[in-house]
Amino acid sequence: MNGKRQLGNRILLGLGFALMVAALYMVFIYAPTEKNTGIVQRIFYFHVPVAWVSFLAFFVTFVASILYLAKREMKWDAVACASAEVGVIFTTLVLLTGPIWAKAAWGIWWTWDARLTTSLVLWLIYIAYLLVRSLAPEADRSARYSAVIGIVGFIDVPIVFIAVNLWRTQHPSTIIFSGGLTGEMLQTLVVCIAAFTVLYILLVMQSAGLKRMEAAIQRLRSLQEE
Amino acid sequence: MKKTFGKIFVIFWKDMLTEIRSREMIIPVLVFALLVLVIFSFAFGTGADTAAPGVLWVALTFGGVTGLNRVFAVEKENSRMEGLMLCPVDRAVIYWGKVAGSFTFMLALALVVTPIFLALFNLPLFLPGLALIIALALLGFAAVGTLFSAMAVNTRAREILLPILFLPVVVPVIIAAVQATGPVLAGMPWEEMVIYLQIITAFDIIYLVAATLVFEFVIEE
Repeated sequence: MNGKRQLGNRILLGLGFALMVAALYMVFIYAPTEKNTGIVQRIFYFHVPVAWVSFLAFFVTFVASILYLAKREMKWDAVACASAEVGVIFTTLVLLTGPIWAKAAWGIWWTWDARLTTSLVLWLIYIAYLLVRSLAPEADRSARYSAVIGIVGFIDVPIVFIAVNLWRTQHPSTIIFSGGLTGEMLQTLVVCIAAFTVLYILLVMQSAGLKRMEAAIQRLRSLQEE
Repeated sequence: MKKTFGKIFVIFWKDMLTEIRSREMIIPVLVFALLVLVIFSFAFGTGADTAAPGVLWVALTFGGVTGLNRVFAVEKENSRMEGLMLCPVDRAVIYWGKVAGSFTFMLALALVVTPIFLALFNLPLFLPGLALIIALALLGFAAVGTLFSAMAVNTRAREILLPILFLPVVVPVIIAAVQATGPVLAGMPWEEMVIYLQIITAFDIIYLVAATLVFEFVIEE
């Protein structure tokens, strides 16, 4: 890595660390306790940023997939795959933190409303993305196929959301998230979103860089065998 | 334009002739779909108002997936994929030919499964609304399933990979189809289900277009 990129990486790492420390402080000490649901509400400060990042991750995969199919440069495939992996991790966290919060706050693990169902389906689509990558033998084929899934899967998201929304308005949901956010809560949320977004960028950069190095080694190895 | 339709028809008719002469795909898949219908009736009970739409759509979905598995598998097995690729046609033509084939196959499946389902649940047999829902939804299945079948056939665990890819993506079709089928079976007016048909139609159009655009990337060697 050249010096400039290394410096940029270091700055981003420092920024991410600082933001995460600030976020932790704000979530546990600075933000006031919500009056209806109590301490459990603080999961919200992790749940919302993680959900936002998971959607960002799949959008990045979508764009990188299109770029890969258009340009056939492996770096776009590396970014798409790295982003999908991080996206799956973050979506898993969403699906874990959400029910924990819901059970503690409202007494139910799950409800089939539009957002939860869309997250679940998104999770399944991108697990399929990762499965195809592991089951398609050659690098070029797995890159092409997963790029197609990255595109086709992302298009599905708004359709799923609309369909479930329509379905569930016939059966109104039982959860009502009432009350707005006070100034301090909003600040905490914004800092958390920033912290997790920087974390996402760092993870994807590391992962994509690693994949590119792995691909380069593979190429060298196959050249050596010839 | 007419030539393109001609080419699509040739690919479609090749598959149809193969199937009509051998009947090796339709009969096992049909039996499987009927079994799913029966097993799920045991599982969910035979109450016409609550479980009936679900039972029908589970049978059509799983029967459809089983049929879709075979769309490109026959080509791959007999090394006919290379022959197909050598045809001097636009890759999209191959896609549309295969979609026409899968759609016809699933329609044939539905033509047998649905009357049996209606009889088992003591529902009226003549339901044009239901026919429309089934046609639109199966078109969506064909559009998505053909694309993923071409992908899955080249991977290691092809039989299980197709459902894993296909089912999450067609979730909106299944939700809309089940929600539209309920009112139709209960004899309610058209307006109840029009919005669901719109969703399925939008899905069909979006996916037929998107798959046409990306199919060449899937099928190139």
